[in-house]
Amino acid sequence: MEKNGHTATYDEVQKLHPLYFNIVKKRYWWFAISLIIMIPGIISLFMQGLNLGIDFKGGTMLDVTFKKAVSQAAITDTMKSVGLEGPVQLSNGDTAALIRTVALEEGKRSELLTALETKVGEYDKTNIKEDKVGPAMGQELTRNAIYALIIAMGMMIIYITVRFQFVFAISGILALLHDVLVVVGIFSLFQWEIDSTFVAAILTIVGYSINDTVIIFDRIRENEAKMKRSDTYEDMVDKSIWQTMRRSINTVVTVLIALLSVFILGGESTRMFSLAMLIGVFTGAYSSIFIASQILLEVKDHMKKPREVARRSALKP
Amino acid sequence: MRQGNIIKLVALVLLVAAAVALSIKPLMDPVKGIPLGLDLRGGVHLVLQAEQDKDGTPITKDDIDKAKAIIANRVNDLGVSEPIVQADYDKKRIIIDLAGVTDPDKAVDILKTTAKLTFRDTQGNVVLKGDDLKDAKGGQGQQQGQFVVNLTFSSDGAKKFGDLTTKLIGQRLGVYLDDKLLTNPTVNTPILNGQAEITGYDTLEAAAEDAVLMRSGSLPVSMSIAEKRQVGASLGVDSLERSIQAGLYGLIFIFLFMLIFYHLPGVVANFSLIVYALIVLWVFWMFRVVLTLPGIAGFILSIGMAVDFNIIIYERVKEEIRAGKSLRAGVESGFSRAFVTVIDAHVTTLIAALTLYAFGTGSIKGFALTLGIGIIASLFTAITFTRFVLRLTVGISPKMKTTWFGVRRDA
Repeated sequence: MEKNGHTATYDEVQKLHPLYFNIVKKRYWWFAISLIIMIPGIISLFMQGLNLGIDFKGGTMLDVTFKKAVSQAAITDTMKSVGLEGPVQLSNGDTAALIRTVALEEGKRSELLTALETKVGEYDKTNIKEDKVGPAMGQELTRNAIYALIIAMGMMIIYITVRFQFVFAISGILALLHDVLVVVGIFSLFQWEIDSTFVAAILTIVGYSINDTVIIFDRIRENEAKMKRSDTYEDMVDKSIWQTMRRSINTVVTVLIALLSVFILGGESTRMFSLAMLIGVFTGAYSSIFIASQILLEVKDHMKKPREVARRSALKP
Repeated sequence: MRQGNIIKLVALVLLVAAAVALSIKPLMDPVKGIPLGLDLRGGVHLVLQAEQDKDGTPITKDDIDKAKAIIANRVNDLGVSEPIVQADYDKKRIIIDLAGVTDPDKAVDILKTTAKLTFRDTQGNVVLKGDDLKDAKGGQGQQQGQFVVNLTFSSDGAKKFGDLTTKLIGQRLGVYLDDKLLTNPTVNTPILNGQAEITGYDTLEAAAEDAVLMRSGSLPVSMSIAEKRQVGASLGVDSLERSIQAGLYGLIFIFLFMLIFYHLPGVVANFSLIVYALIVLWVFWMFRVVLTLPGIAGFILSIGMAVDFNIIIYERVKEEIRAGKSLRAGVESGFSRAFVTVIDAHVTTLIAALTLYAFGTGSIKGFALTLGIGIIASLFTAITFTRFVLRLTVGISPKMKTTWFGVRRDA
């Protein structure tokens, strides 16, 4: 008997964690916290939408490094002189200019660059960064992103239904939607500009968060099979969450370490991507522990009750 | 048994160290190493959209194929290493990636021009078309400092050109690229051998550039630039350095974290992580996966996720030991139980990577690919390497303290 060991009891699991508290019993608190974070984001999404970059809207973005400090007005005036307009952002001691405007044809582009050279100042020709996206391409990106999200979620539902149960799949996907809404909501709230890498970030968050959730579900599946008559589903879920707690926290810490180093050291081009990922991975870990399993519990509860009522009523003579 | 294990472990450490040392050079080689995307070494990415002409004649697959061949031809003349030219028949597009091109502006110019070569008489009538041309090459002219384009006509073209120069003797013959007059020489003698030269270039580059356009012929459909991404070379180098730095620091902190929390198994995990990174980079190298900025971010992220494997396994092993199993039995059963968990969890992440790959374009595809390769490689490393090393380690001594595994057992 000793050789095969025994399954840890609920009490043992509780004792093992110095910070133990009953997560499942407080589930309405977690739902409330999530709603408080999500609602402003959702309102903002409806009111002001997302700050879409040229990847979605189409346009040209020119990153020009001048040899001397320049002024914003000089650039805006020069743009006007060739019949263009758009926001200009200066950085790096006013030597680097980020110019956004409509999608430029090659002819118009060189007209603008020549005008900048003569009217504003010399720039480093080998250090130009340019992104031009036609309007059609932008629409395609948005459409593909939505398709990808729907198909990924559909395939996850199928996989989890096959390996677990349909209820698990639905709970997992609801937790996922929660994560996506939190990230998209925060980006809308702060009007941070999004580009095509944001789409990649969202889908990775989806992939990562479901991974986290499945680890806990896996433990629930295992413990559910070993449940005794006296055990309640609530306690079993709470035990499963705490049994996987160390893993949940340690994994999210390692992933956050990786992301933080990209965020801090990775440079401008991956900053928004890693920011979205940081928020998403954190939310994903939170929702895996505090939301997904509690939704599962709620759904299981609601499914059980009507059936019990039906059984009882059938017994009546 | 005990000493054998120690010897095996030491040999393994030395082997991996040697593999790392020997890998750095071939992987980082600028030519044969892992190919870098244009955002890491500068270059230009273009999506050309074929557009219907005014008559509304539909664009056929054949048109796209022809356009692709012509563009590929021009690209090859630009002298870029590993250029990518792909056709998207559904959307009638041609996608061009020129990483490491020195003058992106000029490259775009050359790729975009329709470039139809014609010879016209003084009244402006087209008397000969570029189709009859067999080859065009830039070269040194007869005088020092003068450069020319040498034209070679096909046998048919040579005959036509002979007739033409006989007829137009003493007159001027206009050579046009599209509607741009290149040169307007006077025909002095009939040229019957099918060899002619266009003079008047100041540099060899200018002559070569026009020669490319002349010999590659004109595009069958007009094309517009639907997407263009251009990165200066020094910006690319800067991004590459930053990402390598980010990767290194990320790795160091993950190493420290694992050591502090998992002691001896943490060492095994870190050791596996090195093997994992090595496998992934060699897979990139083998399949010529072009590494882009989002791709590197995906790789760094996958390092974080690869550790997850070890964490799941170790936590499970701890539980088994706490439940009363011996260290070795705990490792065995912990491993097999954790494996089920890990498969389910990672298949779902793989689903996300696959859909990203299927629906993504450009850099997103690169990110999905590195993420996908990372997930599969971490599965592989965990099943083979981590398991093997862990077995060897716990096999060293049956009296090994469980505290080395972070388990406190009050027996």
